[in-house]
Amino acid sequence: MRRTTILPGFGLALGFALFYLGLLVLLPLSAAFIKSAGMGWADFWQAVSAPRVLASYKLSFGAALLAAAINAVFGLLVAWVLVRYPFPGRRFVDALVDLPFALPTAVAGIALTALYSSNGWIGQYFAAAGIKIAFTPLGVVVALTFIGLPFVVRTVQPVLEDLEHAVEEAAASLGASRLQTFTRVIFPALLPALATGFTMAFARAVGEYGSVIFIAGNIPMVSEITPLIIISKLEQYDYAGATAVAVVMLVISLLLLLTINALQIWSRRRASA
Amino acid sequence: MSTSADTLLTPAVAKTQPATSATQESRWVRWSLTAIALLFLAAFLFVPLAAVFTEALKGGLALYWQAITEPEALAAIELSLLAALIAVPMNLVFGVAAAWAIAKFDFPGKPLLITLIDLPFAVSPVIAGLIYVLVFGAHGWLGPWLIEHDLKIIFAVPGIVLATVFVTFPFVARELIPLMEAQGGEEEEAAIVLGASGWQTFWRVTLPNIKWGLLYGTILSTARALGEFGAVSVVSGHIRGLTTTLPLHVEILYNEYNFVAAFACASVLTLMALVMLAAKSFIEWRTRLARSAA
Repeated sequence: MRRTTILPGFGLALGFALFYLGLLVLLPLSAAFIKSAGMGWADFWQAVSAPRVLASYKLSFGAALLAAAINAVFGLLVAWVLVRYPFPGRRFVDALVDLPFALPTAVAGIALTALYSSNGWIGQYFAAAGIKIAFTPLGVVVALTFIGLPFVVRTVQPVLEDLEHAVEEAAASLGASRLQTFTRVIFPALLPALATGFTMAFARAVGEYGSVIFIAGNIPMVSEITPLIIISKLEQYDYAGATAVAVVMLVISLLLLLTINALQIWSRRRASA
Repeated sequence: MSTSADTLLTPAVAKTQPATSATQESRWVRWSLTAIALLFLAAFLFVPLAAVFTEALKGGLALYWQAITEPEALAAIELSLLAALIAVPMNLVFGVAAAWAIAKFDFPGKPLLITLIDLPFAVSPVIAGLIYVLVFGAHGWLGPWLIEHDLKIIFAVPGIVLATVFVTFPFVARELIPLMEAQGGEEEEAAIVLGASGWQTFWRVTLPNIKWGLLYGTILSTARALGEFGAVSVVSGHIRGLTTTLPLHVEILYNEYNFVAAFACASVLTLMALVMLAAKSFIEWRTRLARSAA
């Protein structure tokens, strides 16, 4: 970067930003680490590795991974259709893709529960086939798919829009079939954005609470997510236990955030190359 | 501002090129892919959206109206609006300050600062609530002092505002940083050279340039603030009519099997979300228009 600028306000702006960030985000977050550091290794380990807590990690991470994978496949498809195939109402559909960002998670939770329970509009057809969705781990996947839906669409869409037509024409003129052009030319160009969207959807889904608790049924060892474990420990005034589990989730979230940053750098480099 | 190369290579031009058959899928493939995409969106977006309103109106309009105008519902709406009205402007000021420092100046540790600003997005809402309990709760760092001075933050309105600030923290900053980086500092420098003061430059030059981005970030944070559930749930204490926001009110009604009232209140939140989406689309449409006119 170049400039040594004559603009004023650097000290004030940075000072205020750092003060605000420190006071409202970093200081409270450090409270979690300090609190769990004070509880001793044995207690900490016991709190974070109890069978019920381990089952919740398995559900939270497994369901989040599955939901992010579903969103990677269908998000790519939705982005492709929105960019490439004009159809009536496309603008409207495009705007509605962001609904999961705007709709309160509790509303999403009760609406999905009503739809996917065995007598709901959609759930009844699955119930007829013997598949229960609401109040099972499958319901958790449904809620997390809803929550993560916009991420892949919104990361892939701009890359797809900027993709130069000439590259595809070149591939076609060199004798590639349409499918070959997609797998060899288009898909590699989309991959960094797709990976970014996947990781964002995964990170969001791991910590999600509001939409899941309504549809999950919250049966211990079966359909109880990790954030709910934290809540129930808090309700029993087990602050140390709640904080220990929270610290495990925080560390994983931080790692995911760093992964997203690295993926975004990769995307940008790929885009400018 | 915009380079001539930029205007020559707008995607709009590329899109109107006649597509040759070699780079177009067959009609059959196009139709089935569109159908699958729409079916997926229907199952996860359109039908749930419709379900909220159908369930809300199941008991008729009178019951619906009663559910959203009873005192507890109104108090919940009021509290949700209050929390958003305090939290969003706070984060707005932070976002502008952070973006000004990051976009207009160079300093060591900038990437770290940008990552830290994103941090609240990566944290589970439940943990966002928990950390404030650890600081301000009865057994927290400041708990004894707060009790001594008869101040209540957790299980009271200030805690709800704090949790809302945390979950909406990055929105405005994230929107403004890339925008102001792209705009650079030349216009502001010109204003300073011509004798404007720092604040004059900000109000007359910077603010008009970033107003749409600012509004965009504000809309995103307002939507999130009105709908936040997990973080607020931890710090609220669920005191009916006092510390229940509208999403928490929905939960209470739902858990009491009062489904019609729960969905009625949920439909109010859904309408707010749809208004936010419409405003967001309007700004995106305007920005695209301005860019293609530039």
